[in-house]
Amino acid sequence: MAKTTGEMEKKETQNMITIYLDGKEVEVPQGVSVLEACQMEGIHIPTLCYFEGLSPWGGCRICLVEIEGQPNLAASCVTPVREGMKIRTTSKKVREARRANLELLLSNHPLDCQLCDRNGSCELQDLAYQFGVREIHFKGERKTYEVDNSSPSVKRDAERCILCGRCVRTCREVQTVCAIDYANRSFETFISPSLGLPLGESVCVNCGQCILACPTGALSEVSHVDQVWDAIEDPEKFVVLQTAPAIRVSIGEPFGLPPGTISTGKMVAAFRRLGFDRIFDTNFSADLTIIEEGTEFINRVKQGGKLPLITSCSPGWIKFMEHFYPDLMDNVSTCKSPQQMFGAVAKTYYAQKLGIDPQDMIVVSIMPCTAKKFECQREEMSASGCQDVDFSLTTREAARMLKEKGIDLKEMPDEDFDDPLGISTGAAAVFGATGGVMEAALRSVYELLTGKTLEKLDFYPVRGIEGVKEATVEVDGMEVKVAVAHSLSNARQVLDWVRSGEAQYHFIEIMACPGGCIGGGGQPIPTNLENRMKRIEAIYQVDQSLPLRKSHENPAVKQLYKEFLGEPNGEKAHHLLHTHYLAREKM
Amino acid sequence: METIKWEDEHIFQEVDSIIEKYWEEKSPLLCVLQEISLRWHYLPRPLMQHVAEKLDVPSSKVYGVATFYSFLETEPIGQHVVRVCESAPCHVRGAMDVLSTLKRELGIKEGETTRDGKFTLEVTSCLGVCGVAPAMMIDQVTYGNLTPERIREVLTLYN
Repeated sequence: MAKTTGEMEKKETQNMITIYLDGKEVEVPQGVSVLEACQMEGIHIPTLCYFEGLSPWGGCRICLVEIEGQPNLAASCVTPVREGMKIRTTSKKVREARRANLELLLSNHPLDCQLCDRNGSCELQDLAYQFGVREIHFKGERKTYEVDNSSPSVKRDAERCILCGRCVRTCREVQTVCAIDYANRSFETFISPSLGLPLGESVCVNCGQCILACPTGALSEVSHVDQVWDAIEDPEKFVVLQTAPAIRVSIGEPFGLPPGTISTGKMVAAFRRLGFDRIFDTNFSADLTIIEEGTEFINRVKQGGKLPLITSCSPGWIKFMEHFYPDLMDNVSTCKSPQQMFGAVAKTYYAQKLGIDPQDMIVVSIMPCTAKKFECQREEMSASGCQDVDFSLTTREAARMLKEKGIDLKEMPDEDFDDPLGISTGAAAVFGATGGVMEAALRSVYELLTGKTLEKLDFYPVRGIEGVKEATVEVDGMEVKVAVAHSLSNARQVLDWVRSGEAQYHFIEIMACPGGCIGGGGQPIPTNLENRMKRIEAIYQVDQSLPLRKSHENPAVKQLYKEFLGEPNGEKAHHLLHTHYLAREKM
Repeated sequence: METIKWEDEHIFQEVDSIIEKYWEEKSPLLCVLQEISLRWHYLPRPLMQHVAEKLDVPSSKVYGVATFYSFLETEPIGQHVVRVCESAPCHVRGAMDVLSTLKRELGIKEGETTRDGKFTLEVTSCLGVCGVAPAMMIDQVTYGNLTPERIREVLTLYN
């Protein structure tokens, strides 16, 4: 993730200086911002345009402080500390100015919180409450914009936008996609996709990180909730659910459980009560993905195929590749993502087992992801003869459906997934964290290539929150060089090395979102560094707790090949489980 | 208005030569956009995209710059652009009357183009000629001390 200037400067000079915060003498590192200094000292400064991991901007004027000897109030997020600086954070002048600025923002905001996606998780609403705003003293023109519904994943409601630019900076600094930027000037300013086109026609990769960054309801996911209710309530439809690996460690958060609480059993019970006919697990098809992708890797190595092989589970990354790195398309695995493999298997193998027409089956997924909505609607994703995955809900939407039906996840008993598409291993569980797909693949590739049992299953070098991780693993006398990148800025770095020949890898894992799927754009808000770390920790606990931890040992997957698919990478597997990509304009 | 055929390669070659001219500049984007807009009167989308690719600048950024400046247009405009200054000194000296006279004479609202494609009416920030407020610009020429009669007179110069 991008470092704030404060952080970067801190690394260069660790000199401490003395400042006075509300009369108290404190030592802080030179180069940090006044805001950071306050945070270090436990002094709360309200903020809106400031966002962890992004460069500070100083635009919202909510974090104002008074600095002795300076005539104007200063935005603390962009003001570096100076020796002897005397700062007042709660004087009357400060409080009144912050409040006036907040009222100005509110004066151009639709005050209909009840109708907003972010009711209850909105920073503007929280501030208005904390500041005790009861009346808005500024009356004037209100800007009106149409809602942009053009994207399959992200809905933009510019009227709720406060122009803090957190989405713009996230898209630029964390993802290097630059799909959106400020357009026009002064009162006419708004956030616009490239060239004023609708978002759906832009380079947006649908990752949804902008939604996590948005303090208000200006950005949200395109909802599939109504369609899923309709499916559940339709007696003619057999509705099958799959839950992504990253969901079980975050779905508890909207119900008040701490981040990183493992809620697998309760989650299954809760969704069963929602009325799905079967509760299955994307982890099953994550194991299947490893068999297919591992086999693809082994074949490429043995037959001198295109290397490095790059993983293909993350639909945000795939669209990014199609726009910006189409020259590396042949390096990307042809494997569909676990979500799509599940859909294809459910509507063929499982539908046949039950003797139902795939047309009468609805496959719903719950994903930590907004790009999955785009992915399931891609033309290529209908191997079963109809759309393989019908609807994809985010973790947030799923939690809301439970709440609508009055189901409190905390109070649920622990229940098991249904058989056979609910059986999975620890290797599938770790898909949810950055480095997980690589680790799962290495576990299987090692054993399949050498025929030996892998003693140490934990590949620590590919774990953790570092942006780019590299490792060399010895497999059957071959030094396999791997790299793992999460967030697209880090991916870009690795891909540029591949392009220039600077780095020679055999296998690369790329996830579009920081931290991997546990930090996906569909996850509960807030999804910050701290919550990401806790969810990652929980993911590895899930892995540890399972009796089987290697994908190729999954009995249900073995059965699937025996009864239905034949050989990994075989003809049938290729038809159902593999896909192709298309080059898109680099607009 | 000139109809632009995008399949015509030489348009992009022309843009390339504009880019070449400013290649050494520290930040060539604005100069390039200005020159494109002089040549084609506005910034057609395919050209903005072409500039973005050539300068390796995100197209969202190009669009941001193009929409920030009131002298740059992203939609086709009339043969002549009438820009009425709406800054405080002109406002005090009757800029609103100037605007309403122009609206009446041209039969369009601000931001619109006459049906014959001749005039586009815009409001703009300070033109820097506050001494002769209220003022307007038509294309590159500035007119001050405006009254309804003078406006009608000036417009005849363009008819």
